[in-house]
Amino acid sequence: MITLENIQRIFPVGDQQVHALRDINLHIKPGEYVSIMGPSGSGKSTLLNLLGLLDHANSGTYRLAGDDITSLSDEQHAQLRRERIGFVFQFFHLIPRLTAAQNIELPLTLSGVPPEQRHKRARDALTAMGIADRADHRPDQLSGGQRQRVAIARATIMNPDLILADEPTGNLDRASGKEVVEILEALNKKGKTLLIVTHDPELGARSKRLLHMVDGKIVSDEQQNAGES
Amino acid sequence: MKNVDVTRFAFTALAGARKRTFLMLLAMATGIASVLILTSLGEAARRYVIGEFASLGTNLIIVIPGRSETAGGGVVHMLVGETPRDLTLSDAMALQRGSAIQRIAPVNVGSASVSWQGLEREVPILGSSAEMLTVRHWEMAQGQFLPTGDIDRANPVCVLGGKVKTELFGNNSALGEWVRIGDRRFRVIGIMASEGHTIGVNVEDVVIIPVASAQQLFNTSSLFRILVEAKSREIVPQAIEQTTRIIRDRHQGEEDVTVITQDAVLATFDKILQTLTLSVAGIAAISLIVAVILIMNVMLISVSQRTSEIGLLKALGTPNRQIVFLFLAEAGLLSTAGAVLGVIMGEIGSQLIGYFYPVLPVGAPWWAFVAAIGVALITGLLFSILPARRAAQLDPVEALAHR
Repeated sequence: MITLENIQRIFPVGDQQVHALRDINLHIKPGEYVSIMGPSGSGKSTLLNLLGLLDHANSGTYRLAGDDITSLSDEQHAQLRRERIGFVFQFFHLIPRLTAAQNIELPLTLSGVPPEQRHKRARDALTAMGIADRADHRPDQLSGGQRQRVAIARATIMNPDLILADEPTGNLDRASGKEVVEILEALNKKGKTLLIVTHDPELGARSKRLLHMVDGKIVSDEQQNAGES
Repeated sequence: MKNVDVTRFAFTALAGARKRTFLMLLAMATGIASVLILTSLGEAARRYVIGEFASLGTNLIIVIPGRSETAGGGVVHMLVGETPRDLTLSDAMALQRGSAIQRIAPVNVGSASVSWQGLEREVPILGSSAEMLTVRHWEMAQGQFLPTGDIDRANPVCVLGGKVKTELFGNNSALGEWVRIGDRRFRVIGIMASEGHTIGVNVEDVVIIPVASAQQLFNTSSLFRILVEAKSREIVPQAIEQTTRIIRDRHQGEEDVTVITQDAVLATFDKILQTLTLSVAGIAAISLIVAVILIMNVMLISVSQRTSEIGLLKALGTPNRQIVFLFLAEAGLLSTAGAVLGVIMGEIGSQLIGYFYPVLPVGAPWWAFVAAIGVALITGLLFSILPARRAAQLDPVEALAHR
């Protein structure tokens, strides 16, 4: 699914160069469930952004499903994000003036899917998330857990094969955090590749593969079977 | 993304920032409304003046003593009332022979005191002939106008303007009474209908006497003007030619009169007022430009306030040009709504002016609509390209981190 070779990411901060990612080599198979942990500033979010094509490496090669996509244009990156990648954010990033259903429909709207089809798919997604009765509520009328479920529904509405979650439970209470994780894991069971960046050791322990990052390097990469519960 | 969806998205974005959108619409609408109201005022003034001239008749030719085209002297002579050779009553009578000329009316003006039974007033006196009534499209309220017949006969009769009649006679009947004008006595034979102003003469406030009587009264043999009416509008040029030739023949071959047509005067006024309208429209356009710059500002604010939304759109795989398009749609929607609102406000404003000043035929000309709306839309969009591009060029990672 994903192959990173010798990825370097350097940010200029003032007159200094900050190595956010140093020589990252990583291979992720389709359908894997990977957690990335590490202290703040270790580069885990940068890695996730890079995998999500929101950021570019300074050097190195990124293959997605076998294709080298390092040198593609912005436009082509946008298309890949649209069709193959779903993002779930810590702060949900729902558009406050749109209803839950409209937020979920947004990717479909942006790619020009006709309204009837959009509405049906959004309804189905809301039902699958167990929040069908919240379809016409705006984000500020939803609880944190409901918002994150709307966000997950939006991330998966285009049926991507890669889901990238940046601290998906970071802003949720324990109970709704657990629900959200279970939804993400259920998606992984259906065959979607799932990458979660987290601070939470408990969440990290659930995944089948755990990466530890320190100072822009992957310092450990372990397979675990604790995920089954 | 479908156009309907783009519009809806832009609409919800605008509806999401209600106060800002409202103020923006107000600025835009005010700009457009002021352009429309000011041009409609200018147009109204133009139409009013043209209407007034048209009421004089479009086949009218005016003969003025003195030559205005000769460099220097002519104009000065005309201004100070000195002419090399006077226009006389016999000049006027001679003009009647022109084949293209329907009728002529000599005009003599002066001022004299008019009195009746101890009441006295200083009134402009107009000496003319029976033809004048037809030439100027005047109407009578009572009695009749000056008698037809030889225009060199100094009949002691007069026609009073409505205001002069009321001031001297009150509610008493004036017809048949004798009034004193200067040192002569005249019998009142008619009262003018009050049909408002016509350019130059206020018929209300004037006493009309036969031209020959006026010449005696003011002890002069010259005329102020000769009004010549051509047989039709088409042969006005022939009438001018004949008029000039006849006068020249009578003045020993010297062309010492100025012949102007109603059309020429009309065209000049038209040009002056058109220029005036354009310049006030230009001033009003400044407010439109201000509104457009405001739009740019609002779009810039909108972009910075919605940074994280733009980040999201990018994460969802929205190409840059689509983001540009989304913001332009927003600006376009804003400009269009502002333009529509402005047109409505402008129309209401014009109607109000028309209501309070019914004489003015208010109504903005079509080009003012086209220009105002066009400028609003085109510049509104043009000035939003910068904010829209700024939105599209945001770095998605930074934009998403923006709270």
